[in-house]
Amino acid sequence: MPVLFKRSWSDRVVDGGIYALLSLFGLLTLFPLYYVVIVSFTPYTEVLRNGGFLLVPHKFTLDAFKVIFTSGVVPKALGVTVLVTVMGTALNLLVTTLLAYSLSKKFLPGRNVVLMGIVFTMLFSGGLIPTFLTVKMTGLMNTIWALIIPGLVSTFNMLVMKTYFEALPQEVEEAAKVDGCGDLATLVKIVLPLSMPIMATLGLFYGVTHWNAYFPGIMYLNDRSLYPLQVVLRNMIITPSVSQELSVPQTQLSALPPESIKMATVVVAILPVMVVYPFLQKYFIKGMLIGAVKG
Amino acid sequence: MSDSAAAASVRQGKRLKPRSGRRTFWRYRWLYLFMVPGIIYYLIYQYVPMLGLVVAFQDYNLLKGVTGSPWVGLDNFRTVFSSPDFPVLMKNTLLLSVYRIIFNMLPDLILALMLNEIRVRWFKKWVQTLTYGPHFLSWIIVYGLVYAFFAPGSGLVTTFMRDMGWSSVDVLTNSSVFRPMLILTEIWKSTGYGAIIYLAALANINQELYEAAAIDGAGRWRQLWNVTLPGVRDVFVLMLILRLGHILDAGFEQVYIFLNVRVYDVGDILDTWIFRRGIEQMQFSVPAAVGVFKSMIGLVLVLGANKIAKKLGGSGIW
Repeated sequence: MPVLFKRSWSDRVVDGGIYALLSLFGLLTLFPLYYVVIVSFTPYTEVLRNGGFLLVPHKFTLDAFKVIFTSGVVPKALGVTVLVTVMGTALNLLVTTLLAYSLSKKFLPGRNVVLMGIVFTMLFSGGLIPTFLTVKMTGLMNTIWALIIPGLVSTFNMLVMKTYFEALPQEVEEAAKVDGCGDLATLVKIVLPLSMPIMATLGLFYGVTHWNAYFPGIMYLNDRSLYPLQVVLRNMIITPSVSQELSVPQTQLSALPPESIKMATVVVAILPVMVVYPFLQKYFIKGMLIGAVKG
Repeated sequence: MSDSAAAASVRQGKRLKPRSGRRTFWRYRWLYLFMVPGIIYYLIYQYVPMLGLVVAFQDYNLLKGVTGSPWVGLDNFRTVFSSPDFPVLMKNTLLLSVYRIIFNMLPDLILALMLNEIRVRWFKKWVQTLTYGPHFLSWIIVYGLVYAFFAPGSGLVTTFMRDMGWSSVDVLTNSSVFRPMLILTEIWKSTGYGAIIYLAALANINQELYEAAAIDGAGRWRQLWNVTLPGVRDVFVLMLILRLGHILDAGFEQVYIFLNVRVYDVGDILDTWIFRRGIEQMQFSVPAAVGVFKSMIGLVLVLGANKIAKKLGGSGIW
């Protein structure tokens, strides 16, 4: 970014300050994550000996992870969350794509009415209680569908995708039509292959939303065996008795302090996001910008 | 009409001609079919709840349902507005929202402005990668991190303070630090991501403006004031409008997750109250009345703020 001015002494000082501040902010962002990962892999006696300060670990243990993965509660919750994330994201993308594709066709009679009806939901909503009653009424309570169906389409994501489709070269689609492709074939064979960046972006957005979802779990589920990871994690953090929360006998936890187990559970929830994020990073900024321009 | 536009309309010639309704429908049957699942979703899970707001005017009973419950007019609203809780909830909600507008919007912009000054590309990329990350973590995880640092007896900061012999406040259950804690964790979580939109606006500023300003003798700060800031003004106003529309929301997810009984006096907001009363205690009508109040104010504020922004010469949302 070529700002044009003569770089005086004071400018260099300002530049140095900016670099320092940004470095500090970057490190402050990273440190808490680094810290919980370190604590979860270090024997707790070692953590205490250093008064909690433990920048470079020199002892390594998987004890905390062994306990949570043999407990039954965390693996089950992880299973529910993975299932909801995979199935939910697939359904999100399917319904969003179909809707956005049709709405991207400006010539389609009736399109504006549907579009206005959808955008209106961004300005006004029934809110928590009526939504809860609707979910109850439609029989989703206490099923895994309650974690998927009520958030099937995100209006923001749908509009981002619609904008993306509108920007695709229409000539290619027209040519496919001339060759005898129907709308479905055009969408699947022509449009989808051109739309991988937006699919990756919105897949990330939807996937992360499912992975992180907490409120649907506590609102719509009574059956503890259906609890997703975030609900179990929250219960673990605030509970004084980890063994009860994990439903394993205290004796089995042996010398493991609750703090180690709590931190290990936090790490289990963080790691998948951290692993996926760098691969999708280059896409989501673009997606975000498309949304910002039009949304 | 330009040549290319004319050519385009020839290509789409059939589509531009008015047709009888049934034939048009048949011609586009697939496109209409594609919309069906989405429209059904919006009708059931967005529009039915809007109709469901009528429970705010009823003495709603789960067993009797909307059709069987007695109508009580504005009684629920009277109950809400005359309740001693209500002023406290409003104060907490508004205060928190205003804090968020000031202390969360400005860091977004400042981070973008600082990144914009960086010319070492790998450095910029690294800072961006690091700071965007926390946006994708849940508030539960952030609460877990806060717990790792501030838990009584075991947190990193708590034990450090204790070992140094300093007073140890239990940060998690202390009214005086509850709001700053919310604001600081929000800064940690979403500043990087919030900067993206401003960075986009900054990238769109015409470079010739900077050149012209430089020729006129404008230094770094003058360029910032006269070129850079006007370049992000519209986006800033847009974000402000959106936030104003959500002023009665105040970040329900985060607040609910951080909240505990000992900080209700400063941390209980409209949404957490609705959630407790409605979902946890299964009283629907009075919380729904608060919901109606919230939705109406939100709608009025967005429309109003948009109008004002347009009057002031900005572009508004639509």
